[in-house]
Amino acid sequence: MRTVIFRTTAPYLTSLMVLFSVFVLLRGHNEPGGGFIGGLIAASAFAIYGIACGVAPVRRALYFHPMGLAGFGLFLSAMSGFVSLAKGVPFLTGIWTSVNLFGVSLDLSTILFFDIGVYFVVVGSITSIALALEERERD
Amino acid sequence: METALAGLVGLFYAVAIYLMLSKHIIRVLLGIVIFGNAVNMTIFTAGRIVREVPPIIPAGAERIESVVANPLPQALILTAIVISFSFFAFLLVLAYRAYQELGTDDTDEMRVAEPEGESLPPLGY
Amino acid sequence: MAAPGATSIDTAAAHIAGATALADWLVIAPVALPILGGALLLMVRHRTRVHAVLAFLFLFASFLSSAFLLARVVSEGPLVMTMGRWLPPFGITFNADVLGATFATAATFVATVAAVFALRDINVTGRRYGFYSFLLLMVAGVDGAFLTGDIFNLYVWFEVFVISSFGLLVLGSERRQIDGATKYAVLNLVATTVFLITTGMLYGTFGTLNMADIARKAEGLRETGPLMTIATLYLLAFGMKAAAFPLNYWLPASYHTPRIVTSALFGGLLTKVGIYALLRTMMTLFPVEREVLSGLIGWIAVATMLLGILGALAQSDVRRIIGFVVISGIGVMLSGLALGTPLGVTGTILYAVHSILVMTALYLLAGLMHEAGGSYSLHETAGLYRSHPLLAAMALLLVLAAAGLPPLSGLWPKVMLVKASIESGAWWLASAILVSSILTVIALGRVFALSFWRMDAGETVERTDAERAISPGAGYGVLAALIVPAIAIGVYPEPFLRLAAAAAAGLADPASYLDAVFPPGGGS
Repeated sequence: MRTVIFRTTAPYLTSLMVLFSVFVLLRGHNEPGGGFIGGLIAASAFAIYGIACGVAPVRRALYFHPMGLAGFGLFLSAMSGFVSLAKGVPFLTGIWTSVNLFGVSLDLSTILFFDIGVYFVVVGSITSIALALEERERD
Repeated sequence: METALAGLVGLFYAVAIYLMLSKHIIRVLLGIVIFGNAVNMTIFTAGRIVREVPPIIPAGAERIESVVANPLPQALILTAIVISFSFFAFLLVLAYRAYQELGTDDTDEMRVAEPEGESLPPLGY
Repeated sequence: MAAPGATSIDTAAAHIAGATALADWLVIAPVALPILGGALLLMVRHRTRVHAVLAFLFLFASFLSSAFLLARVVSEGPLVMTMGRWLPPFGITFNADVLGATFATAATFVATVAAVFALRDINVTGRRYGFYSFLLLMVAGVDGAFLTGDIFNLYVWFEVFVISSFGLLVLGSERRQIDGATKYAVLNLVATTVFLITTGMLYGTFGTLNMADIARKAEGLRETGPLMTIATLYLLAFGMKAAAFPLNYWLPASYHTPRIVTSALFGGLLTKVGIYALLRTMMTLFPVEREVLSGLIGWIAVATMLLGILGALAQSDVRRIIGFVVISGIGVMLSGLALGTPLGVTGTILYAVHSILVMTALYLLAGLMHEAGGSYSLHETAGLYRSHPLLAAMALLLVLAAAGLPPLSGLWPKVMLVKASIESGAWWLASAILVSSILTVIALGRVFALSFWRMDAGETVERTDAERAISPGAGYGVLAALIVPAIAIGVYPEPFLRLAAAAAAGLADPASYLDAVFPPGGGS
């Protein structure tokens, strides 16, 4: 699989896919998309990078260990449920707020952070499984 | 529509169970994948199939007036797909490791944890 | 729900209007705290030093919260929280009654104690691999299963703890572990898939997944719906999870392969979740169908307890003996479910609590015996009484507890189950319980006699002294922490009996459970 063409294009493909995964994640708020599918796209991006350039560069590029990313996502999702503690409503109730950023009004919600958490859980766990399988192939 | 899907679900179950009865782990895994899909279709069929509009309340209205598709089975299936997907990914790694470590994918020969011909416990001292 | 600026819509018909009291958060704390802890530990996976401390703190906090939850549920009735403010049955409900809170308290207690024992058993590699995060996530799954009031959510929690248990099972990646884990994984996956199939059929029949709502609607659907099929399939799925005969052969194939603390947690917690799910579905949701199935459940119970303990008699590895003893205990618990009388169900619940404590303790005892004698095999261990008298004393107590002899916790539930069987005229069930108890005495008594009393094994064992993070005294302390409640149940059983009876009453007559989810005079 390590042909010159694939190795040259893989980094660009990976970066494009990661960018697209973030787009899908944010789009999921009102239209088809969301954390799970976005996370899968990002995880397959890293898997492609791993197939083309080997597992070690992927781990270096990710910087954090994939399972650490998954842990972060789980933590973020769980914490976004606890925001409702302050409001006196049950766990995981969606709470909305609007912030004004450089003249643009931005609607933020706990649901958004929950979805971002899901994204990280999926990226982390699927990437770590994919990398484990790719590592095995070479020894 | 429901009858056709029910028949298809039954076929899926038959194939899945046939594969899972095999001695070879890889066939068992294939059977499990088909089993998972059969379950998803069961839930989908159980939630009644409606070809109408998506269940979105139009702006300004407070409730849906017309017949809409049931969103709950789809949410259930999505959850089930996610879970069976991660399960399957794990099982794939595990089966591959088992093949590497034990040198076989025949479950009859996987006797490391329960060796054959173990002696009985001492009957006295 | 509407975004700011949009036309405001009256959502009173779909939302819970009142504010949620702070105390209501107790119902999700035993689940949410271990999840947070597990996530946190995954994030700091390289700082293995803090793992044990953090895990202990989170587990202890969830134990405290489940204990408070239990106290509140006992005094004020079932506690309900519906996620996201949706009115039940639309939202996912967490619904703690006495049964769920009791099991959650016992489970978190055992997990907390096991986390301390893991300090001895799990080295830095194991911690870096994520032992403690998997442990916390497994506890979250088990607690979630005990506390949820939604049957699909129950499935999700089953998967959470099954996936985490995979992680624990293959920790170390030895050949034996991979062999055991393959069988465990495939069989458990099939069991949860059958659970999902049944849930799909149940949804098709009832149009709801909220357990209280199902219990409410079951009466009206009894004539037309395939309730018997659903109940039988649940028996199959949960029987497989609980390791009931003839679907129990995954347990002795896998439970002796992982680290001893993992075996202890599996033996203590996982099969009990199956029993809990059986109790919940059979007693609350499908009581009429359980009546029809009771003969079948009774014979399954007899076969499970007798064949389980006969299996234990044929083994020479201590861990495998305990694995078969766990199965035999499942049979005893099923006998109460087969009877279905208040006394029988009370016995089952009390036996489950006893089993959570004692089976964990037995596995940990096996670990300490391995450390002291250098082997798990009965052929090789001997003379531990002389070298480790304290361990011998605790071992004797545990043998008594597991066999159901006074003054330990196994006695009362077995007395109740035997009494309940005789009252119902099921003499065969009563005699099976008694025979299995005698065989348990023989199986575990032999372990004690050979490993502790026998002076010389005739075979020399090479001692491998592994590095231990904490002193052997802490291992004894952990074992003592599990034995003390077992003695308490045995010597002063009244409060525990009352608790189990209250749990059984809540199962048999779910009126207060239903009222908590659907307040009379309000809601749909």
